[in-house]
Amino acid sequence: MKTIIKYVLLDLLRNKTILVYIFVLAVLAVSVLSMSGNSSKGLLSLLNITLLFVPIISILFATIYFFNSVEFIELLLAQPIKRKTMILAEYAGVAFALSIAYLVGVGLPVILLNYSVASLTLLVSGLFLTLIFTALALLVFVLFKDKTKGIGAAIITALFFTLLFDGLLLSFIYSFSDYPIDEPLLGFISLNPVDLARIFVLLQLDVAVMMGYSGALFKEFMGSVIGSIYTIACMTLWIIIPMAVSVRKFKKKDL
Amino acid sequence: MISVENLTKSFGKFKALDNISLDFERGNSISLIGPNGSGKTTLIKSVLGLVIPETGVIRINNNEVKTNCAYRSQIGYMPQIGRYPENMTIGQVINMLKEIRKDRTSYDEELINGFGIPGIQNKTMRSLSGGTRQKVSACLAFLFKPDIFILDEPTAGLDPVSSELLKGKIIKERANGKLILITSHVLSDLDDITSHVVYLQDGKLMFYKEVGELKKSTGEEKLNKVIANIMQSDYLKNLVN
Repeated sequence: MKTIIKYVLLDLLRNKTILVYIFVLAVLAVSVLSMSGNSSKGLLSLLNITLLFVPIISILFATIYFFNSVEFIELLLAQPIKRKTMILAEYAGVAFALSIAYLVGVGLPVILLNYSVASLTLLVSGLFLTLIFTALALLVFVLFKDKTKGIGAAIITALFFTLLFDGLLLSFIYSFSDYPIDEPLLGFISLNPVDLARIFVLLQLDVAVMMGYSGALFKEFMGSVIGSIYTIACMTLWIIIPMAVSVRKFKKKDL
Repeated sequence: MISVENLTKSFGKFKALDNISLDFERGNSISLIGPNGSGKTTLIKSVLGLVIPETGVIRINNNEVKTNCAYRSQIGYMPQIGRYPENMTIGQVINMLKEIRKDRTSYDEELINGFGIPGIQNKTMRSLSGGTRQKVSACLAFLFKPDIFILDEPTAGLDPVSSELLKGKIIKERANGKLILITSHVLSDLDDITSHVVYLQDGKLMFYKEVGELKKSTGEEKLNKVIANIMQSDYLKNLVN
């Protein structure tokens, strides 16, 4: 397993897309942080950039990489390697490479220019998003046989969580505004990793209450500490569940 | 050495393999022949455990394929399409496989040297032509001295010199008592290699016969003529009825 991860990394760290990804993140991070005088404003902008870019890039890149590796995965599976080992190693390699990219692109500027607890939570949530959406990419790869359909599904998944979900949430809040829906709403939010990541960061910023319904709700119901633990637990599940399903399905997949 | 019993596999409504039973013995070199979509690759992939059959049992040296992946250490597989991680060099790919196969300490590097791989080992996989990639695949199939070779279209895309080199290697391994399974569309390439022919059509086994026997019954000398003769005549129809 270590061998496969090592060589996947070796391949990916020379991949042009990854290098461009690092570069774009770094440029955005440095410019946003140095432009705004207020540090929490800068972090908020960076949070929005993270929430927008990380999910779509992670899932798209990972999906394409997995589908392009099908033939090589076949070749390796013709060796005495268990399917579970194979798929977990592929995931680990890609997730690791994307995480390094995020840490270098956003992490370095943030730590150098704007070090605080809130900045660290931003990095943690960015890493979680990377791991979650790479896991979702793995699921897409296992469920679809056709590359084009897989990429389509990956785009739809990313758009669903970054754009569509909030729309649904708003219409839910709007249509049930006469009822006490705060608690169901909390459950609802847990269904979206992007919202979880946002809340996780906002809980550390003083502006949480001003950042709309979901942030205020979490703070009121749970306070920062329990709220943070809850979001981390949910995000961890968002990694584990897609991966567990992928491993199960991959064991029976025809290559 | 390999025994296949009542193997059936379908993709949706399409039956790729329909109740196939075969036995392959050590020292034989078996050509899988049939039109496109006849189930050759599916059969090969089933043996490798890449495709999971619906019904039927495959045994390799009396060990069932389903239960354990260790049997694959005895198989050298050369895929039809070799695609490798783009930014890895040839040397890295070969080293990666060597590191994965820690169970082997001595390697068969005859093909690696024959194809002149050491001279180009720092080239990335992306920059290679289809034929060179094919050479890498061939090297990897032979590298760990397996007892069984499964070669899917091995000579497709190779230049004549390399193709002859590979064929020579196949003949040599067969003489060493190894079992060789080959699919190919280029029947003339299989001429000197093959001892038996398996003919598949629409997922059904049409026949499994020795080459000598086929040559005798059709009166032809060359394998491609033999097969053409069989396909044109009512040989297959008679078999089915």
